[in-house]
Amino acid sequence: MNSPDPELHHSLLGTYQARKKVHPQRIDGFYRRFKWLIMIVTLAIYYGTPWIRWDRGPYAPDQAVLIDLANRRFYMFNIEIWPHEFYFVAGLLIMAGIGLFLVTSMVGRAWCGYACPQTVWTDLFQHVDRFVDGDRNKRMRLDAAPWTAGKIARRLFKWAIYLVIAFWTGGAWIMYFADAPTLVREFWSLQAPFVAYATVGILTATTFIFGGFMREQVCIYMCPWPRIQTAMMDEKSLTVTYKDWRGEPRGSVKKAEKNPGEYGDCIDCNQCVAVCPTGWDIRKGPDISCITCALCIDACDRVMDEVGRPRGLIDYLTLEDSEGEKRGQDHRPTWKKILRPRSVLYFFVWAGIGLGLLFALGARSHTEINAAPDRNPPYMLMSDGSVRNNYTVKLRNMEARPREMRVGIEGLEGATMWSDTMANEDAARTIDVDVPADATQTVRIYVQAPKGTAAQDFSLSVVSLDEQAETDAVETRFVTPGEE
Amino acid sequence: MGNKRVDEPTGTEFVGHEWDGIEELNTPLPRWWLWTFYATVIWALGYVILFPAWPLIEKGTEGVLGWTSRGQLAEEMRLADESRAAVREEIAATPLNQLVDNPGLMQQAVAGGRAAFQVNCIQCHGSGAAGSQELGYPNLNDDDWLWGGDIDAIQYTLVHGIRQQGDPETRTSAMPSFDGILDAGQVEATIDHVLSLSGQAQPNAQGAELFAQNCAICHGTDGTGLREFGAPNLSDAIWLRGSSREAIASQILNPRMGMMPKWEDRLDPVTIKMLAAYVHSLGGGEDLAEVAVEPEVQVDEQS
Repeated sequence: MNSPDPELHHSLLGTYQARKKVHPQRIDGFYRRFKWLIMIVTLAIYYGTPWIRWDRGPYAPDQAVLIDLANRRFYMFNIEIWPHEFYFVAGLLIMAGIGLFLVTSMVGRAWCGYACPQTVWTDLFQHVDRFVDGDRNKRMRLDAAPWTAGKIARRLFKWAIYLVIAFWTGGAWIMYFADAPTLVREFWSLQAPFVAYATVGILTATTFIFGGFMREQVCIYMCPWPRIQTAMMDEKSLTVTYKDWRGEPRGSVKKAEKNPGEYGDCIDCNQCVAVCPTGWDIRKGPDISCITCALCIDACDRVMDEVGRPRGLIDYLTLEDSEGEKRGQDHRPTWKKILRPRSVLYFFVWAGIGLGLLFALGARSHTEINAAPDRNPPYMLMSDGSVRNNYTVKLRNMEARPREMRVGIEGLEGATMWSDTMANEDAARTIDVDVPADATQTVRIYVQAPKGTAAQDFSLSVVSLDEQAETDAVETRFVTPGEE
Repeated sequence: MGNKRVDEPTGTEFVGHEWDGIEELNTPLPRWWLWTFYATVIWALGYVILFPAWPLIEKGTEGVLGWTSRGQLAEEMRLADESRAAVREEIAATPLNQLVDNPGLMQQAVAGGRAAFQVNCIQCHGSGAAGSQELGYPNLNDDDWLWGGDIDAIQYTLVHGIRQQGDPETRTSAMPSFDGILDAGQVEATIDHVLSLSGQAQPNAQGAELFAQNCAICHGTDGTGLREFGAPNLSDAIWLRGSSREAIASQILNPRMGMMPKWEDRLDPVTIKMLAAYVHSLGGGEDLAEVAVEPEVQVDEQS
């Protein structure tokens, strides 16, 4: 029979699990340094990217990475994506998804442990805690202490730092959506668009709350990824493992000295729990709470060194290997665990999509024509018996310079056309249109065919009048009286 | 309330309700849910005070803010008018025949004209401005104009109408009825001649003579019409009321003449200007001076 969970707190208002605040202890070690490195790199990418300049000539922005929502363009170094090419973004998202599968199949929840923004910012805020309030024990004491003036001052100071970090986080985000130097100037002179302030406000609030207060609860309760990950992991995925066959039964060094041979390697010092940023006890086994940041490995290795026992009581292991090692197998090298059919397959799918996208990017045309025939009225009879059809033609110039384009009628014997900006006496088989740089030019085109022309399909073609001479054509229909 | 009973498997208290042996456990709402609920209650109280809420017999409660949906509409309409004011002023200040020199403004005028057309003109001319042959409403897309197709002529028609009673400047003329003047044979001969002008019948001497005597004064000796009288061109492919023999006979014996109301009393001058620009832009407008264009760039949303 199940007994009621003692951790469940019963209150008047409801049943909920009270959060036990986590106060991770400072630790140094291989994985901690690796985490520092990733933190620096990811934060540098996040804060620095919008400030990289990239010369695209006079007609396009010179920001290397820019999501220009107002003009509906996405710039990334020498790539420019238009809204109709959103499949590139979809492809990148698919790659990101498969990339996560790839990483998960090789090294488990490495994303959660090192690179996820929630992890990186939580880590950052926990360093702030340490900086302001001291290490674990001091913080726990302070937490339990009454609200004296000193504590209030400390808390306000800490929250102020939180707020500054949160504000910079939100502030950096909007730089991706507009020219960064201009936006900074506008932002501080209160001339930026309202949406900029709103975005900064929202992201400041979420960063402040998620990084400063909710922390591991986001991973455990809010984020869907750990739940997906439990389905993604298999017995061959690397994960942080406590070697219970080596560690149990636990006993202090003193006890072990008194009763040699009776205790395992774990001295029950609780360091692995103390350093855990989510407060999990890895000795209970893998759990959704374990983001596999491996700080417990650092902590345990240090303790093992101190007591003179071999390192690796807590280690990156696959479930399969831990079963094997339990039976006495040797430790397999990590690359053998990583290179396996599943991860190789993921890699090829991932790389294949990437190469496909690159190929599509290289092969795409920068000139395009589209035509929409008028439906109301579908045709117009002219006084000389000829018939006119109107088309709304869109000419797309994806080069960052103005170009002249020649639109021509393919087929439709005897027909001529003119546009809304020219006199119909100048009607001809081809007309030249100036298309501004990096823009779509809409032209109303009137196509007139002589008396007796039958309804038929024909094409409107376009050729760019430059050395590229890019071409495109669109098929459309010419309708005549009684032959719609 | 003295004896609290606890459901052993879950450790949860019973509420005390029981139906056929099935009992309800006391699983209270989450705290956040309850708080959200209280927040909605407070929100509702504020709403009732600030906004119209309670229906009474005559009217409802009005709310402290005095908000009404009609008031909001009026305010939005006022803002919309305000946002258009600058463009309207610019259009008002630009002579119509110079509008084409300013493509940006022309585009605004055409867009405004399209909107006004959809409200005021489609009842007769149709939403695509294609008119109606059965009812004799002219097609405004083609190059055949009864009273002139340059932008100023179009504006004049809009201002003063056609055969508008009470407007001395209205465009007016009358096709006389030849009922009793021409006999049936003469009518047939005239019809033959009229159709022969556009190659639809054989020419005949009697018809040609009758045409010269009775029709040429308005429609011209070659039947190409005369815009001063709004006399249609009879030699082209466009027939306001159809090119069947019955239709032509009907026009000779019992002519129907179109009437267009004048709009100067109903629409403001800027709207009329915009309408003229729109009608002129449909593709049949005459005398469009070619302009050096820097056309408006349109951002591609979908193609």
